[in-house]
Amino acid sequence: MNAKTSDKIATGVIYAISSIVALILIAMLAFILVRGVPHLSWHFLTSPAKAFEAGGGIGIQLFNSFYLLVLAMAISFPIALGAAIYLNEYAHKGRFTTIVRTAIEILSSLPSVVVGLFGFLLFVVKFHFGFSILSGAVALTIFNLPLLTRSIETSLAQIPNLQREAGSALGLSRWETVIHVILPAAVPSIVTGVVLSAGRVFGEAAALIYTAGQSAPALNFGDWNPFNIASPLNPMRPAETLAVHIWKINSEGIMPDLSAVSAGASAVLIIVVLIFNFSARKIGAKLHKKLTSA
Amino acid sequence: MVNNIELKPVSEFIPENAPERFIYDMPSEKHEIALSTKNLQVYYGDNLALSEGDLSFERYKITSLIGASGSGKSTFLRSLNRMNDGVATVKGNIMYRGVDINTKAIDVYEMRRHIGMVFQRPNPFAKSIYNNITFALTQRGTTSKQELDEIVETSLKQAALWDEVKDELNKSALALSGGQAQRLVIARALALKPDILLLDEPSSALDPISSSQVEDTLLELKNKYTIIIVTHNMQQAARISDYTAFFHMGKVIEYDLTRKIFTRPKVALTNDYISGNFG
Repeated sequence: MNAKTSDKIATGVIYAISSIVALILIAMLAFILVRGVPHLSWHFLTSPAKAFEAGGGIGIQLFNSFYLLVLAMAISFPIALGAAIYLNEYAHKGRFTTIVRTAIEILSSLPSVVVGLFGFLLFVVKFHFGFSILSGAVALTIFNLPLLTRSIETSLAQIPNLQREAGSALGLSRWETVIHVILPAAVPSIVTGVVLSAGRVFGEAAALIYTAGQSAPALNFGDWNPFNIASPLNPMRPAETLAVHIWKINSEGIMPDLSAVSAGASAVLIIVVLIFNFSARKIGAKLHKKLTSA
Repeated sequence: MVNNIELKPVSEFIPENAPERFIYDMPSEKHEIALSTKNLQVYYGDNLALSEGDLSFERYKITSLIGASGSGKSTFLRSLNRMNDGVATVKGNIMYRGVDINTKAIDVYEMRRHIGMVFQRPNPFAKSIYNNITFALTQRGTTSKQELDEIVETSLKQAALWDEVKDELNKSALALSGGQAQRLVIARALALKPDILLLDEPSSALDPISSSQVEDTLLELKNKYTIIIVTHNMQQAARISDYTAFFHMGKVIEYDLTRKIFTRPKVALTNDYISGNFG
Protein backbone atom coordinates (compact mmCIF):
# COMPACT_ATOMS: atom_id res chain seq x y z
CA MET A 1 0.00 0.00 0.00
CA ASN A 2 1.49 3.34 -0.90
CA ALA A 3 1.65 6.41 1.32
CA LYS A 4 -1.17 8.16 -0.48
CA THR A 5 -3.67 5.32 -0.11
CA SER A 6 -2.86 4.71 3.53
CA ASP A 7 -3.26 8.42 4.24
CA LYS A 8 -6.65 8.38 2.55
CA ILE A 9 -7.79 5.41 4.59
CA ALA A 10 -6.53 6.94 7.83
CA THR A 11 -8.30 10.22 7.05
CA GLY A 12 -11.52 8.36 6.33
CA VAL A 13 -11.36 6.37 9.57
CA ILE A 14 -10.60 9.42 11.71
CA TYR A 15 -13.38 11.32 9.98
CA ALA A 16 -15.81 8.49 10.71
CA ILE A 17 -14.81 8.29 14.37
CA SER A 18 -15.27 12.05 14.87
CA SER A 19 -18.65 11.85 13.14
CA ILE A 20 -19.76 9.12 15.54
CA VAL A 21 -18.92 11.34 18.52
CA ALA A 22 -20.90 14.22 17.04
CA LEU A 23 -23.78 11.92 16.09
CA ILE A 24 -24.10 10.50 19.60
CA LEU A 25 -24.41 14.02 21.00
CA ILE A 26 -26.87 15.14 18.34
CA ALA A 27 -29.00 12.00 18.78
CA MET A 28 -29.11 12.44 22.54
CA LEU A 29 -30.00 16.11 22.34
CA ALA A 30 -32.62 15.47 19.70
CA PHE A 31 -34.20 12.68 21.77
CA ILE A 32 -34.40 14.79 24.92
CA LEU A 33 -35.59 17.93 23.16
CA VAL A 34 -38.17 16.25 20.92
CA ARG A 35 -39.66 14.43 23.90
CA GLY A 36 -39.46 17.37 26.30
CA VAL A 37 -40.07 20.61 24.45
CA PRO A 38 -43.80 19.93 23.71
CA HIS A 39 -44.44 19.88 27.47
CA LEU A 40 -42.82 23.27 28.07
CA SER A 41 -45.08 26.17 28.93
CA TRP A 42 -44.90 29.26 31.06
CA HIS A 43 -47.05 27.44 33.60
CA PHE A 44 -44.66 24.47 33.68
CA LEU A 45 -41.64 26.71 34.19
CA THR A 46 -43.16 28.79 36.98
CA SER A 47 -45.53 26.67 39.03
CA PRO A 48 -44.52 24.39 41.93
CA ALA A 49 -44.29 20.64 41.53
CA LYS A 50 -47.24 18.43 42.48
CA ALA A 51 -46.60 15.08 44.09
CA PHE A 52 -49.90 13.29 43.49
CA GLU A 53 -51.76 15.04 40.69
CA ALA A 54 -51.04 16.03 37.13
CA GLY A 55 -50.19 19.59 36.04
CA GLY A 56 -47.24 20.28 38.34
CA GLY A 57 -44.32 22.45 37.24
CA ILE A 58 -40.67 22.92 38.06
CA GLY A 59 -40.65 26.59 39.14
CA ILE A 60 -39.15 26.10 42.56
CA GLN A 61 -36.59 23.55 41.37
CA LEU A 62 -35.51 25.89 38.60
CA PHE A 63 -35.06 28.75 41.05
CA ASN A 64 -33.21 26.48 43.49
CA SER A 65 -30.80 25.39 40.76
CA PHE A 66 -29.89 28.96 39.90
CA TYR A 67 -29.66 30.10 43.50
CA LEU A 68 -27.38 27.19 44.40
CA LEU A 69 -25.30 27.85 41.32
CA VAL A 70 -24.81 31.49 42.28
CA LEU A 71 -23.89 30.63 45.86
CA ALA A 72 -21.55 27.81 44.85
CA MET A 73 -19.83 30.10 42.34
CA ALA A 74 -19.59 32.91 44.87
CA ILE A 75 -17.79 30.58 47.26
CA SER A 76 -15.64 28.66 44.80
CA PHE A 77 -14.54 31.46 42.45
CA PRO A 78 -12.44 33.48 44.95
CA ILE A 79 -10.79 30.33 46.29
CA ALA A 80 -10.09 28.96 42.80
CA LEU A 81 -8.76 32.34 41.66
CA GLY A 82 -6.39 32.59 44.61
CA ALA A 83 -5.17 29.02 44.18
CA ALA A 84 -4.67 29.51 40.44
CA ILE A 85 -2.74 32.76 40.94
CA TYR A 86 -0.52 31.03 43.47
CA LEU A 87 0.10 28.01 41.27
CA ASN A 88 0.76 29.89 38.07
CA GLU A 89 2.46 33.07 39.26
CA TYR A 90 4.12 32.33 42.57
CA ALA A 91 4.71 28.62 43.04
CA HIS A 92 8.26 27.37 42.82
CA LYS A 93 8.95 23.76 42.13
CA GLY A 94 8.95 22.16 45.52
CA ARG A 95 7.24 19.94 47.99
CA PHE A 96 4.39 22.30 48.87
CA THR A 97 3.51 22.95 45.23
CA THR A 98 3.57 19.23 44.47
CA ILE A 99 1.24 18.54 47.38
CA VAL A 100 -1.20 21.27 46.26
CA ARG A 101 -1.18 20.02 42.68
CA THR A 102 -1.69 16.40 43.72
CA ALA A 103 -4.53 17.44 46.02
CA ILE A 104 -6.25 19.27 43.18
CA GLU A 105 -5.84 16.30 40.86
CA ILE A 106 -7.27 13.84 43.38
CA LEU A 107 -10.10 16.20 44.26
CA SER A 108 -11.02 16.52 40.60
CA SER A 109 -11.20 12.76 40.16
CA LEU A 110 -13.45 12.14 43.17
CA PRO A 111 -16.86 10.81 42.09
CA SER A 112 -19.48 13.44 42.85
CA VAL A 113 -21.57 11.00 44.86
CA VAL A 114 -18.62 10.61 47.23
CA VAL A 115 -18.43 14.38 47.55
CA GLY A 116 -22.16 14.36 48.28
CA LEU A 117 -21.94 11.71 51.00
CA PHE A 118 -18.94 13.46 52.54
CA GLY A 119 -20.93 16.70 52.53
CA PHE A 120 -23.85 14.87 54.14
CA LEU A 121 -21.72 13.54 57.01
CA LEU A 122 -19.75 16.71 57.60
CA PHE A 123 -22.05 19.63 56.84
CA VAL A 124 -25.54 18.16 57.18
CA VAL A 125 -24.94 15.98 60.23
CA LYS A 126 -21.80 17.15 62.00
CA PHE A 127 -22.15 20.90 61.49
CA HIS A 128 -25.96 20.75 61.80
CA PHE A 129 -26.49 22.66 58.55
CA GLY A 130 -29.27 20.16 57.79
CA PHE A 131 -30.45 19.49 54.26
CA SER A 132 -29.96 23.03 53.09
CA ILE A 133 -28.84 25.28 50.30
CA LEU A 134 -25.73 26.05 52.36
CA SER A 135 -24.74 22.37 52.60
CA GLY A 136 -25.41 21.99 48.89
CA ALA A 137 -23.39 25.07 47.98
CA VAL A 138 -20.38 23.88 49.99
CA ALA A 139 -20.61 20.40 48.43
CA LEU A 140 -20.81 21.96 44.98
CA THR A 141 -17.78 24.07 45.84
CA ILE A 142 -15.77 20.96 46.64
CA PHE A 143 -16.98 19.44 43.38
CA ASN A 144 -16.26 22.55 41.34
CA LEU A 145 -13.07 23.86 42.96
CA PRO A 146 -10.44 21.65 41.31
CA LEU A 147 -11.82 22.05 37.80
CA LEU A 148 -12.27 25.79 38.14
CA THR A 149 -8.77 26.19 39.59
CA ARG A 150 -7.34 24.23 36.70
CA SER A 151 -9.27 26.28 34.18
CA ILE A 152 -8.21 29.65 35.65
CA GLU A 153 -4.61 28.45 35.94
CA THR A 154 -4.65 27.55 32.23
CA SER A 155 -6.05 30.99 31.42
CA LEU A 156 -3.23 32.67 33.33
CA ALA A 157 -0.61 30.41 31.76
CA GLN A 158 -1.77 31.50 28.31
CA ILE A 159 -0.67 35.09 29.00
CA PRO A 160 2.83 35.31 27.54
CA ASN A 161 5.77 35.82 29.87
CA LEU A 162 6.57 38.97 27.93
CA GLN A 163 3.79 40.66 29.89
CA ARG A 164 5.33 39.70 33.22
CA GLU A 165 8.76 40.89 32.04
CA ALA A 166 7.20 44.16 30.89
CA GLY A 167 5.76 44.66 34.35
CA SER A 168 8.95 43.97 36.24
CA ALA A 169 11.04 46.04 33.82
CA LEU A 170 8.82 49.00 34.73
CA GLY A 171 9.54 48.49 38.40
CA LEU A 172 6.15 46.97 39.16
CA SER A 173 6.06 44.29 41.80
CA ARG A 174 4.90 40.82 40.92
CA TRP A 175 1.62 41.42 42.73
CA GLU A 176 0.97 44.67 40.85
CA THR A 177 1.75 42.93 37.57
CA VAL A 178 -0.55 40.00 38.34
CA ILE A 179 -3.48 42.15 39.45
CA HIS A 180 -3.27 44.94 36.88
CA VAL A 181 -1.67 43.30 33.85
CA ILE A 182 -2.02 39.52 33.86
CA LEU A 183 -5.53 39.17 35.30
CA PRO A 184 -7.18 41.76 33.02
CA ALA A 185 -5.55 40.15 30.00
CA ALA A 186 -6.79 36.74 31.13
CA VAL A 187 -10.37 37.88 31.84
CA PRO A 188 -11.93 36.66 28.56
CA SER A 189 -10.57 33.17 29.01
CA ILE A 190 -11.34 33.11 32.75
CA VAL A 191 -14.95 34.13 32.06
CA THR A 192 -15.30 31.37 29.48
CA GLY A 193 -14.02 28.87 32.03
CA VAL A 194 -16.34 30.12 34.76
CA VAL A 195 -19.43 29.95 32.53
CA LEU A 196 -18.52 26.46 31.33
CA SER A 197 -18.08 25.26 34.89
CA ALA A 198 -21.40 26.91 35.76
CA GLY A 199 -23.03 24.64 33.19
CA ARG A 200 -21.43 21.63 34.83
CA VAL A 201 -22.49 22.71 38.31
CA PHE A 202 -26.04 23.42 37.12
CA GLY A 203 -26.49 19.85 35.93
CA GLU A 204 -24.93 18.21 38.98
CA ALA A 205 -27.25 15.89 40.93
CA ALA A 206 -25.29 13.30 42.89
CA ALA A 207 -23.44 15.79 45.09
CA LEU A 208 -26.74 17.46 46.02
CA ILE A 209 -29.08 14.54 46.79
CA TYR A 210 -27.77 14.19 50.35
CA THR A 211 -26.79 17.80 50.94
CA ALA A 212 -29.32 20.22 49.50
CA GLY A 213 -31.99 17.57 49.96
CA GLN A 214 -34.76 16.11 47.88
CA SER A 215 -37.65 18.30 48.88
CA ALA A 216 -38.75 21.66 47.57
CA PRO A 217 -40.94 23.36 50.17
CA ALA A 218 -43.26 26.05 48.88
CA LEU A 219 -41.66 29.45 48.60
CA ASN A 220 -43.15 32.87 48.98
CA PHE A 221 -41.69 34.87 46.11
CA GLY A 222 -42.91 38.08 47.72
CA ASP A 223 -40.64 37.62 50.74
CA TRP A 224 -36.97 38.38 50.09
CA ASN A 225 -35.79 38.44 53.67
CA PRO A 226 -33.21 35.62 53.80
CA PHE A 227 -34.02 34.95 57.48
CA ASN A 228 -37.63 33.95 56.82
CA ILE A 229 -38.17 30.25 56.30
CA ALA A 230 -40.40 30.66 53.25
CA SER A 231 -38.09 33.19 51.61
CA PRO A 232 -36.47 32.02 48.37
CA LEU A 233 -33.19 33.48 49.62
CA ASN A 234 -33.10 31.57 52.91
CA PRO A 235 -29.90 29.51 52.71
CA MET A 236 -30.93 27.11 55.47
CA ARG A 237 -33.98 25.66 53.71
CA PRO A 238 -33.88 22.35 51.85
CA ALA A 239 -33.74 22.89 48.13
CA GLU A 240 -34.28 20.22 45.54
CA THR A 241 -32.70 21.31 42.27
CA LEU A 242 -33.83 20.55 38.75
CA ALA A 243 -31.29 17.77 38.25
CA VAL A 244 -32.18 16.16 41.60
CA HIS A 245 -35.87 16.52 40.74
CA ILE A 246 -35.42 14.57 37.52
CA TRP A 247 -33.59 11.83 39.37
CA LYS A 248 -36.21 11.77 42.13
CA ILE A 249 -39.39 11.60 40.06
CA ASN A 250 -37.88 8.93 37.87
CA SER A 251 -36.99 6.76 40.83
CA GLU A 252 -39.99 7.31 43.12
CA GLY A 253 -42.41 9.73 41.46
CA ILE A 254 -46.10 8.83 41.64
CA MET A 255 -47.78 11.71 39.79
CA PRO A 256 -49.87 10.60 36.78
CA ASP A 257 -48.04 12.84 34.29
CA LEU A 258 -44.67 11.58 35.50
CA SER A 259 -43.09 10.99 32.11
CA ALA A 260 -44.21 14.36 30.78
CA VAL A 261 -42.77 16.22 33.78
CA SER A 262 -39.55 14.23 33.56
CA ALA A 263 -39.18 14.87 29.83
CA GLY A 264 -39.96 18.57 30.20
CA ALA A 265 -37.56 19.02 33.11
CA SER A 266 -34.79 17.21 31.23
CA ALA A 267 -35.32 19.44 28.22
CA VAL A 268 -35.11 22.56 30.40
CA LEU A 269 -31.92 21.27 32.05
CA ILE A 270 -30.30 20.51 28.70
CA ILE A 271 -31.37 23.85 27.22
CA VAL A 272 -29.90 25.79 30.15
CA VAL A 273 -26.61 23.84 29.95
CA LEU A 274 -26.50 24.46 26.19
CA ILE A 275 -27.08 28.17 26.75
CA PHE A 276 -24.18 28.21 29.21
CA ASN A 277 -21.90 26.42 26.77
CA PHE A 278 -22.70 28.57 23.76
CA SER A 279 -22.68 31.84 25.66
CA ALA A 280 -19.34 30.94 27.27
CA ARG A 281 -17.62 31.14 23.91
CA LYS A 282 -19.58 34.16 22.76
CA ILE A 283 -18.87 36.15 25.91
CA GLY A 284 -15.20 35.15 25.88
CA ALA A 285 -14.78 36.13 22.23
CA LYS A 286 -16.60 39.41 22.78
CA LEU A 287 -14.48 40.35 25.79
CA HIS A 288 -11.34 39.42 23.90
CA LYS A 289 -12.35 41.61 20.99
CA LYS A 290 -13.16 44.49 23.30
CA LEU A 291 -9.78 44.13 24.95
CA THR A 292 -7.72 43.91 21.79
CA SER A 293 -9.29 46.51 19.53
CA ALA A 294 -11.67 49.00 21.18
CA MET B 1 23.30 57.69 10.74
CA VAL B 2 26.22 59.22 12.55
CA ASN B 3 28.92 56.71 11.99
CA ASN B 4 29.00 55.88 8.35
CA ILE B 5 31.38 53.02 8.58
CA GLU B 6 32.35 51.06 5.57
CA LEU B 7 32.47 47.38 6.36
CA LYS B 8 35.41 45.82 4.59
CA PRO B 9 37.72 42.96 5.38
CA VAL B 10 39.98 44.18 8.11
CA SER B 11 42.27 41.23 8.55
CA GLU B 12 45.13 43.34 7.24
CA PHE B 13 44.97 45.38 10.44
CA ILE B 14 45.36 42.42 12.78
CA PRO B 15 48.96 42.07 13.85
CA GLU B 16 50.63 38.67 13.78
CA ASN B 17 50.80 38.41 17.55
CA ALA B 18 47.26 39.58 18.28
CA PRO B 19 46.12 39.00 21.87
CA GLU B 20 43.35 36.50 22.57
CA ARG B 21 41.52 39.02 24.64
CA PHE B 22 41.70 42.77 24.81
CA ILE B 23 39.47 44.88 27.00
CA TYR B 24 39.83 48.59 26.61
CA ASP B 25 39.30 50.41 29.90
CA MET B 26 37.76 53.77 29.49
CA PRO B 27 39.67 56.38 31.48
CA SER B 28 37.13 57.41 34.08
CA GLU B 29 38.67 60.85 34.68
CA LYS B 30 37.69 62.02 31.23
CA HIS B 31 34.44 60.15 30.86
CA GLU B 32 31.42 60.11 33.06
CA ILE B 33 30.53 56.52 33.82
CA ALA B 34 26.82 55.73 34.11
CA LEU B 35 27.12 52.09 35.04
CA SER B 36 29.92 49.62 35.55
CA THR B 37 30.30 45.99 36.41
CA LYS B 38 33.02 44.21 38.28
CA ASN B 39 33.70 40.48 38.53
CA LEU B 40 30.25 39.75 37.19
CA GLN B 41 29.46 36.04 37.05
CA VAL B 42 26.13 34.55 36.10
CA TYR B 43 25.17 30.96 36.83
CA TYR B 44 22.18 29.08 35.50
CA GLY B 45 21.99 26.39 38.13
CA ASP B 46 25.57 25.14 38.18
CA ASN B 47 26.39 26.33 34.68
CA LEU B 48 28.57 29.37 34.48
CA ALA B 49 27.00 31.40 31.65
CA LEU B 50 29.06 34.53 32.03
CA SER B 51 32.37 35.27 33.67
CA GLU B 52 34.72 38.21 33.71
CA GLY B 53 32.15 40.65 32.49
CA ASP B 54 33.93 43.83 33.58
CA LEU B 55 32.60 46.77 31.62
CA SER B 56 32.03 50.48 32.19
CA PHE B 57 29.38 52.34 30.26
CA GLU B 58 29.80 55.98 29.42
CA ARG B 59 26.98 58.38 30.08
CA TYR B 60 24.91 59.64 27.13
CA LYS B 61 26.48 57.16 24.76
CA ILE B 62 25.16 54.10 23.02
CA THR B 63 27.04 50.90 23.74
CA SER B 64 26.39 47.80 21.66
CA LEU B 65 26.86 44.30 22.97
CA ILE B 66 27.54 41.93 20.08
CA GLY B 67 28.39 38.28 19.83
CA ALA B 68 27.01 34.97 18.62
CA SER B 69 23.92 33.34 20.15
CA GLY B 70 24.80 31.95 23.55
CA SER B 71 27.79 34.26 23.95
CA GLY B 72 26.36 35.71 27.16
CA LYS B 73 25.49 39.19 25.94
CA SER B 74 21.78 38.99 26.75
CA THR B 75 22.53 37.32 30.05
CA PHE B 76 24.87 40.18 30.84
CA LEU B 77 22.31 42.82 29.85
CA ARG B 78 19.51 41.24 31.84
CA SER B 79 21.73 41.11 34.90
CA LEU B 80 22.23 44.86 34.80
CA ASN B 81 18.73 45.66 36.10
CA ARG B 82 18.34 42.37 37.93
CA MET B 83 15.89 40.84 35.47
CA ASN B 84 17.75 37.60 36.07
CA ASP B 85 16.59 37.51 39.69
CA GLY B 86 14.95 34.18 40.29
CA VAL B 87 16.22 32.88 36.94
CA ALA B 88 19.96 32.86 37.46
CA THR B 89 22.47 33.56 40.18
CA VAL B 90 24.40 36.76 39.60
CA LYS B 91 27.61 37.32 41.51
CA GLY B 92 29.81 40.39 41.48
CA ASN B 93 29.20 44.12 41.61
CA ILE B 94 27.07 46.35 39.45
CA MET B 95 27.94 49.94 40.32
CA TYR B 96 25.34 52.62 39.64
CA ARG B 97 25.81 56.09 41.09
CA GLY B 98 28.37 54.76 43.53
CA VAL B 99 26.06 52.06 44.85
CA ASP B 100 26.33 48.35 44.24
CA ILE B 101 22.85 47.46 43.00
CA ASN B 102 23.54 43.74 43.01
CA THR B 103 22.81 43.37 46.72
CA LYS B 104 19.81 42.23 48.70
CA ALA B 105 19.37 45.64 50.32
CA ILE B 106 18.51 47.26 47.00
CA ASP B 107 14.83 47.87 46.22
CA VAL B 108 14.83 46.31 42.75
CA TYR B 109 11.46 47.84 41.85
CA GLU B 110 12.77 51.33 42.54
CA MET B 111 16.09 50.58 40.81
CA ARG B 112 14.35 49.41 37.63
CA ARG B 113 12.71 52.82 37.33
CA HIS B 114 16.19 54.23 36.87
CA ILE B 115 17.42 51.42 34.66
CA GLY B 116 14.65 50.62 32.21
CA MET B 117 14.48 47.77 29.75
CA VAL B 118 13.00 47.07 26.33
CA PHE B 119 12.75 43.52 25.05
CA GLN B 120 13.14 41.76 21.75
CA ARG B 121 9.44 41.28 21.11
CA PRO B 122 7.16 44.27 21.67
CA ASN B 123 5.18 43.64 24.85
CA PRO B 124 2.54 46.33 25.29
CA PHE B 125 -0.04 45.68 27.99
CA ALA B 126 -3.60 44.82 26.98
CA LYS B 127 -4.55 48.41 27.82
CA SER B 128 -5.02 51.61 25.88
CA ILE B 129 -2.00 53.41 24.45
CA TYR B 130 -2.46 56.11 27.08
CA ASN B 131 -2.74 53.67 29.97
CA ASN B 132 0.27 51.69 28.81
CA ILE B 133 2.37 54.77 29.45
CA THR B 134 0.68 56.03 32.58
CA PHE B 135 0.11 52.73 34.36
CA ALA B 136 3.46 52.43 36.14
CA LEU B 137 3.27 56.12 37.08
CA THR B 138 -0.20 55.95 38.59
CA GLN B 139 0.83 52.88 40.55
CA ARG B 140 3.43 55.08 42.23
CA GLY B 141 1.04 57.88 42.99
CA THR B 142 1.14 60.27 40.05
CA THR B 143 -2.51 61.18 39.68
CA SER B 144 -2.64 64.67 38.20
CA LYS B 145 -4.32 64.31 34.84
CA GLN B 146 -2.44 67.29 33.47
CA GLU B 147 0.92 65.90 34.53
CA LEU B 148 0.10 62.49 33.06
CA ASP B 149 -1.07 64.05 29.79
CA GLU B 150 2.21 65.91 29.52
CA ILE B 151 4.28 62.82 30.24
CA VAL B 152 2.34 60.82 27.66
CA GLU B 153 2.92 63.47 25.02
CA THR B 154 6.60 63.96 25.83
CA SER B 155 7.49 60.31 25.95
CA LEU B 156 5.55 59.49 22.79
CA LYS B 157 7.31 62.35 21.04
CA GLN B 158 10.68 61.12 22.29
CA ALA B 159 9.88 57.68 20.92
CA ALA B 160 8.76 59.27 17.62
CA LEU B 161 5.28 57.80 17.89
CA TRP B 162 3.24 60.87 18.83
CA ASP B 163 2.25 61.91 15.32
CA GLU B 164 0.98 58.43 14.50
CA VAL B 165 -1.15 57.88 17.59
CA LYS B 166 -2.05 61.29 19.04
CA ASP B 167 -5.67 61.03 17.87
CA GLU B 168 -6.24 57.52 19.18
CA LEU B 169 -4.62 57.43 22.58
CA ASN B 170 -7.57 55.48 23.95
CA LYS B 171 -7.22 52.74 21.38
CA SER B 172 -5.96 49.37 22.60
CA ALA B 173 -2.18 49.12 22.30
CA LEU B 174 -2.61 45.58 20.99
CA ALA B 175 -3.94 47.03 17.74
CA LEU B 176 -0.61 48.73 16.93
CA SER B 177 1.79 47.36 14.36
CA GLY B 178 4.99 45.68 15.56
CA GLY B 179 7.14 48.74 14.96
CA GLN B 180 4.64 51.08 16.59
CA ALA B 181 4.25 48.74 19.55
CA GLN B 182 8.01 48.64 20.04
CA ARG B 183 8.21 52.44 20.01
CA LEU B 184 5.28 52.53 22.47
CA VAL B 185 7.21 50.20 24.75
CA ILE B 186 10.22 52.53 24.50
CA ALA B 187 7.94 55.48 25.32
CA ARG B 188 6.56 53.55 28.27
CA ALA B 189 10.07 53.01 29.59
CA LEU B 190 10.95 56.68 29.02
CA ALA B 191 7.87 57.88 30.91
CA LEU B 192 9.57 56.79 34.13
CA LYS B 193 12.45 59.15 33.28
CA PRO B 194 15.16 56.53 33.62
CA ASP B 195 18.91 57.24 33.44
CA ILE B 196 19.78 54.15 31.54
CA LEU B 197 17.88 52.24 28.90
CA LEU B 198 18.73 48.60 28.30
CA LEU B 199 17.55 47.15 24.99
CA ASP B 200 17.61 43.44 24.22
CA GLU B 201 17.62 43.13 20.42
CA PRO B 202 14.86 45.72 20.17
CA SER B 203 14.50 45.59 16.41
CA SER B 204 15.22 41.98 15.54
CA ALA B 205 11.51 41.13 15.41
CA LEU B 206 10.70 44.14 13.21
CA ASP B 207 10.68 44.78 9.48
CA PRO B 208 13.51 46.93 8.04
CA ILE B 209 11.49 50.17 8.00
CA SER B 210 10.28 49.84 11.58
CA SER B 211 13.75 48.77 12.53
CA SER B 212 15.31 51.93 11.13
CA GLN B 213 12.64 54.03 12.85
CA VAL B 214 13.65 52.46 16.14
CA GLU B 215 17.31 53.18 15.35
CA ASP B 216 16.53 56.82 14.62
CA THR B 217 14.64 57.00 17.89
CA LEU B 218 17.63 55.64 19.79
CA LEU B 219 19.97 58.15 18.19
CA GLU B 220 17.63 60.94 19.31
CA LEU B 221 17.46 59.54 22.82
CA LYS B 222 21.20 59.41 23.23
CA ASN B 223 21.26 63.11 24.19
CA LYS B 224 19.40 62.37 27.38
CA TYR B 225 19.91 58.71 28.16
CA THR B 226 22.66 56.18 28.45
CA ILE B 227 21.78 53.32 26.14
CA ILE B 228 23.06 49.77 26.21
CA ILE B 229 21.81 47.59 23.37
CA VAL B 230 22.24 43.94 22.54
CA THR B 231 22.14 43.37 18.81
CA HIS B 232 22.73 40.59 16.32
CA ASN B 233 22.82 43.08 13.53
CA MET B 234 26.40 44.20 12.91
CA GLN B 235 25.34 47.08 10.67
CA GLN B 236 23.05 48.32 13.39
CA ALA B 237 25.85 48.25 15.96
CA ALA B 238 28.12 50.08 13.53
CA ARG B 239 25.47 52.67 12.65
CA ILE B 240 24.23 53.68 16.05
CA SER B 241 26.69 52.85 18.79
CA ASP B 242 29.66 54.75 20.17
CA TYR B 243 31.16 51.76 21.93
CA THR B 244 30.97 48.08 21.16
CA ALA B 245 31.68 45.10 23.36
CA PHE B 246 32.25 41.76 21.72
CA PHE B 247 31.16 38.71 23.75
CA HIS B 248 32.28 35.17 23.11
CA MET B 249 31.61 32.04 25.18
CA GLY B 250 30.59 34.01 28.25
CA LYS B 251 33.51 36.43 28.18
CA VAL B 252 34.06 39.94 26.96
CA ILE B 253 36.73 39.57 24.30
CA GLU B 254 37.09 43.14 23.17
CA TYR B 255 35.59 46.44 24.21
CA ASP B 256 36.42 49.64 22.40
CA LEU B 257 35.11 52.51 20.38
CA THR B 258 32.75 51.11 17.77
CA ARG B 259 34.82 52.71 15.05
CA LYS B 260 37.90 50.81 16.22
CA ILE B 261 36.10 47.50 16.69
CA PHE B 262 34.78 47.62 13.16
CA THR B 263 37.91 48.89 11.45
CA ARG B 264 40.88 47.83 13.55
CA PRO B 265 39.94 45.11 16.02
CA LYS B 266 42.87 44.09 18.13
CA VAL B 267 41.77 40.51 18.60
CA ALA B 268 41.57 38.11 15.67
CA LEU B 269 38.39 36.53 17.07
CA THR B 270 36.57 39.87 16.95
CA ASN B 271 37.60 40.27 13.37
CA ASP B 272 36.37 36.79 12.55
CA TYR B 273 32.99 37.57 14.06
CA ILE B 274 32.40 40.93 12.45
CA SER B 275 33.57 39.61 9.10
CA GLY B 276 30.92 36.91 9.37
CA ASN B 277 33.29 33.98 9.70
CA PHE B 278 31.19 32.53 12.53
CA GLY B 279 28.12 33.26 14.61
